[in-house]
Amino acid sequence: MGKFIRIKKGFNINLVGKAAPKVTQTEHSDTFAVKPTDFPGMYIPKVLVKEGDTVKAGSPLFHDKRHPNVLHVAPVSGEIAEVKRGAKRKLLEIRILADKQVDHKTFNKYSSSDLSKLKADEAKKLMLEAGVWPNIVQRPYGCIADPEVTPKAIHISAFDTHPLAPDYSVLFKGQDQFFQVGLDILKKLTNGLVHVNVHTTSEISSVFSQTSGVELNKFSGPHPTGCVGVQIHHLDPINKGDVVWTVNPFGVIQIGKLFLNGIHDASRLIALVGSEVKDPQYYKTYTGTSIKNLIANRLTSDHVRVISGNVLTGTRVTSDGYVGFFDNYVTVIPEGDYYEFMGWIAPSMSKVSFHRAIGLFSFLAKGKEFKVDSNTHGEPRAFVQSGVFERVTPMDILPTHLLKSILAEDFDEMEELGIYEVIEEDLALCEFVDVSKHNVQKILRDGIELLQNS
Amino acid sequence: MKFIRKEFDKVKHHFEKGGKWEKYFYAYEAIETFAFSPNTVNGDKGAQIRDAVDLKRLMMTVVIAMIPCLLFGIWNVGHQHFIAIGEPGAALMDKILIGSIKVLPIIVVSYAVGLGVEFIFATIRRHPVNEGYLVTGLLIPLVLPPDIPLWQVALATIFAVIIGKEAFGGTGMNVLNVALTARAFLYFAYPSDISGDVWTHLGDGTAVAGFSGATPLSIGASSLTTGENVVSSLNAFGAGWADGLFSFTNLFMGAIPGSIGETSVLMCLIGAVILVATGVGSWKIILSVFVGSYAMALVMNLFGANEFMLMPAHYHLVIGGLAFGAVFMATDPVTATQTESGKWIYGFLIGVLTIIIRVFNPAYPEGVMLAILLMNVFAPLIDYYVVGANKKRRLKRATV
Repeated sequence: MGKFIRIKKGFNINLVGKAAPKVTQTEHSDTFAVKPTDFPGMYIPKVLVKEGDTVKAGSPLFHDKRHPNVLHVAPVSGEIAEVKRGAKRKLLEIRILADKQVDHKTFNKYSSSDLSKLKADEAKKLMLEAGVWPNIVQRPYGCIADPEVTPKAIHISAFDTHPLAPDYSVLFKGQDQFFQVGLDILKKLTNGLVHVNVHTTSEISSVFSQTSGVELNKFSGPHPTGCVGVQIHHLDPINKGDVVWTVNPFGVIQIGKLFLNGIHDASRLIALVGSEVKDPQYYKTYTGTSIKNLIANRLTSDHVRVISGNVLTGTRVTSDGYVGFFDNYVTVIPEGDYYEFMGWIAPSMSKVSFHRAIGLFSFLAKGKEFKVDSNTHGEPRAFVQSGVFERVTPMDILPTHLLKSILAEDFDEMEELGIYEVIEEDLALCEFVDVSKHNVQKILRDGIELLQNS
Repeated sequence: MKFIRKEFDKVKHHFEKGGKWEKYFYAYEAIETFAFSPNTVNGDKGAQIRDAVDLKRLMMTVVIAMIPCLLFGIWNVGHQHFIAIGEPGAALMDKILIGSIKVLPIIVVSYAVGLGVEFIFATIRRHPVNEGYLVTGLLIPLVLPPDIPLWQVALATIFAVIIGKEAFGGTGMNVLNVALTARAFLYFAYPSDISGDVWTHLGDGTAVAGFSGATPLSIGASSLTTGENVVSSLNAFGAGWADGLFSFTNLFMGAIPGSIGETSVLMCLIGAVILVATGVGSWKIILSVFVGSYAMALVMNLFGANEFMLMPAHYHLVIGGLAFGAVFMATDPVTATQTESGKWIYGFLIGVLTIIIRVFNPAYPEGVMLAILLMNVFAPLIDYYVVGANKKRRLKRATV
């Protein structure tokens, strides 16, 4: 039994370059990388390997000093090529020179009858050891879940409404069994419910619709409906003191594979999308694959911005970078470092805008796909409250007041205004529509860190 | 375009850090970004694309919404002039010419002085020049009488920009509506130049026999002493030299004496349509100002202690600057309430206060100006309670 929730506020950004439902095997990537920077709230990563060591897929690479039992493991087997550090010796990434054939470290395997008898503690121990735990993200703070805590509920968003998001029915095709086992395991870890949230308008993949033992909730509405924070707000909101876990479907499947096959299986599909991509489609590879390998000969221009993830919340990566841990897709858009004559008033049909201010006619072109570049289209200014934040935030939260309380570092006010309910992706649209070009997500993360470290 | 861009690039390094005119960087930047939207790109993390809107475009939308009021105002200044000197049949172009001669200098002074102050402040305080003045610069002339001395325009502008805005930190930080601050300044500093018979530009002409420079508001206020029915005095006004000047239709259309841009309710409504359709102005505020004033006027009717209180409620909506204030002043996103439900309360109270000030305080017939300034001050208080309600809902959820 689930709920049906209709969301009205929000905005879909319709971009050129959606992935065709076609899967291609990528050429063998030389290097893969695991990046501690993919995990917000990580204190100090302690490296467990040296350059030159050989690792199997599933061998530990590092752990956070505050959580020594949460291991981060190698997605593929091979040799540690580089432990890359940045300023102040901050660990940036651990690069692995991959073997041609992935060699897995083996863990305990379970049959389905064993699984039903499996205790929560035992399951937790295996998940931590085999490196699938970092898939579990906790609210508040959006950091890796604390294994010592029992969450109020676990939420899984089974659709993505971000611009150019891949189709989950392609991404997770044929993974029904693993997904179900993953859910069964997660159910052991909470006293509350496990929610699987699907969207009504698109066809629901059998991976999600055939699940049993969970709450299957249906949502309708534009982005950010797909953000799990928005879903939690409508299903079972987070209050002060509550802890809720979220897992994305890839993580659930990886957990399922661990228990059924006894391996850390990091193989996954990555969609390469965006207006600058020739023939956008899906590629079969592993977590942490190199960007160079993924985009080689597949772009139509070289003056581009490559983003691991989506255009609203993603991270820009250089061509020698790697795809992020949580990202199912890589978006490539034109770089926008150009001047535009009278750009602040010139009328345009081709610039996407949530607003309808004079000259911005994109709202007339319903269903049109836009090509958008990384230009800021204006300069930073003081907050001018025109009520747009509220129109793209389908939650009972006042974004402007929350952001101002963060800037003022007013802890009580932040809590009272609901900072525990949101992470960056939930307010990413505010950053997009903002007339004054604030870095909303950065401000929010600063606020979250203030509370987390207080 | 390439040529202009090259010229900018040629001098740009002088203004950048270490250049010889480094001090004037923000002044240069203001001019550059006016010609070319900047080539800045988004950061490495977070939103990689941004909406095509910026503050300049938002402000220009408001300016464009004011254009109908401005054009009508220019014509009306000439029109009132020719009515007053007894030649109501003068050619359209003559009226526009007279109007332009009176109005354009006020606009030029307002923009030149206001932007001058902005640039000086941007340079001294090292912050970017804000676009807010694009709107303020046109709002100020539209709420002033046509015969206002230009030095007073300049003085009021300087006062409003410095005390009303820059003292608080610039656009986005100000508590009071800047244009209304300018007008209030003149109202209290030079009352003789902004009240009484100043609303019609006579120039060198001699007034026609029976001419009176009274406005509908002053007729309403004078009914308190004369005890005459307001509507019949309005209808009788202008008999002999401008029949039906203050008929309801004419009050709505706006061919009456008054501030340059605020006489025509029709033009204000056109502006309102532009603001609401583009989503720049809050329809909640506009609607609730009208609803609030109409409701309060009905309450007045109910008591009916004097003739002004008995004036039909719909007359209140077409006299004075109520419509202009509701559409262009109350909706200022900086000084209005910042919460959506707060906007209803804010607008409604502006309407209510306008009528109260008009009717009970004949010394200040233009109630809307004071009502908006007063509510500007109270806006944060309204927000405080709306935000408080949000917090309470969250707290209640946790305890259930």
